[in-house]
Amino acid sequence: MELLLIFLSAAIVNNFVLAYFLGICPFIGVSGKITSAFSMGLATTFVMTITAIVTWLIYHLLLVPYHLEFLQYVSFILVIASLVQFVEMFIKKVSQPLYRALGIFLPLITTNCAILGLALFMVLKDYSFVQGVVYGVGAGAGFTLAITIMAGIREELDLADVPKPFQGAPITLIVAGLLALAFMGFSGLISV
Amino acid sequence: MEDVLLIAIATMGGLGFIFAGGLAIADKKLRVYEDPKIAQINEALPGANCGGCGYAGCYDFAVNVVGGKASVTGCPVGGEDCAQDIANIMGVDAGSSVKLLPRILCKGGHQEAVEKMVEYYGPLSCSAMTIVSGGDKQCYYGCLGGGDCVEACPFNAMVMNDNGLPEVIEELCTGCGNCEKACPRNVIEMHPADRQIFVFCKNHDDPKKAKDVCTVSCMGCGICARKSDGGVEMVDNLAVINYDHLDTDKIPFDKCKTHAIGFLDGREKKLLEIKEEQKN
Repeated sequence: MELLLIFLSAAIVNNFVLAYFLGICPFIGVSGKITSAFSMGLATTFVMTITAIVTWLIYHLLLVPYHLEFLQYVSFILVIASLVQFVEMFIKKVSQPLYRALGIFLPLITTNCAILGLALFMVLKDYSFVQGVVYGVGAGAGFTLAITIMAGIREELDLADVPKPFQGAPITLIVAGLLALAFMGFSGLISV
Repeated sequence: MEDVLLIAIATMGGLGFIFAGGLAIADKKLRVYEDPKIAQINEALPGANCGGCGYAGCYDFAVNVVGGKASVTGCPVGGEDCAQDIANIMGVDAGSSVKLLPRILCKGGHQEAVEKMVEYYGPLSCSAMTIVSGGDKQCYYGCLGGGDCVEACPFNAMVMNDNGLPEVIEELCTGCGNCEKACPRNVIEMHPADRQIFVFCKNHDDPKKAKDVCTVSCMGCGICARKSDGGVEMVDNLAVINYDHLDTDKIPFDKCKTHAIGFLDGREKKLLEIKEEQKN
């Protein structure tokens, strides 16, 4: 039950994009098409899950025993950077079109604050290993949910009669704000 | 204190080493085979990423050449040498590709074109002028003089002259065609470099109006079309050269009062003078 709550909390109530405003860059940049947005979400989910596993292990088995907690930032960034490199190679091998569609945003997962945020929150909330992994999957699912909803709205927006000054980035930011407002309705529902 | 420092260094070093090793193995296992021709062609291309070929950039073009979708002569910038190099890499015959150069088909600068009573105030850009009021000149077909083509040229091969018309510096021009796309009035056209005869006007107005708005306009009298035996056709009050059937000797350069039809270097005027002298 508690694990389910952690998952829902990370995915919906404390959605990384729409409640914490982390990872806005790919959220705006890759939300043009549903297919590529969903793939981006999956890639981020994958990185988030593995990050949660590896950073938990490093933090609790390496940093805490040797009193090296001050190294958490730099070691977490190292983990994330290596993982993203790996995911990039993997996607290039498995799906060339996806690799080209994601373009620059794939390496940008490295600097995606949502992932470093995940690792740091996990330490802050003092989760156990299983809780941490569920938290990572939940955060990834939340990111996928947010970016896919956004892409769906933007695909419809392409057909809408948007006033000229609002076309492009402005209307996207307004939509993001309204989405965040909607997700704020969940706040306080679960406090894990 | 020193212990902490040593442990910290060892920890970070160890972590870095492990991840580097992991990535190295992954790189070996997950390496994607890429046709070495792509890299070679990319090397042979000018590398300006101007997009003149119609692809996203030089690399994209190279990928499409190897994929068989783009022609080996598809790079308008590199010219014949580049096409030959690419053809050698691909092992096919390049044939010959003639270099295209932009030609400015309007002679109506400040001196020739009649200006409007109302002046244009606003951004000095052809696209803005087109949207707002059509610029300063009464002619609705000619060069606006806003310099969008100069702006669009990645090679600095286009300059505005004192008369408010763009000029091509042929030594710098690579024929990428960006200026042609930038011109909202389609005054710039890409033509083979050896082509010399053009109609330097785009005005479709009726003869009287065309005469009023500009001193060098094609008035649509049609004399060139009648005399040239199919080399020139009249399209909606404008002479259009049909280059496939063009016979230079039959074009009555001396009959065109505005010199709208003529040679690129203006040599028809000299020919005219020589003729006059011979008569006298």
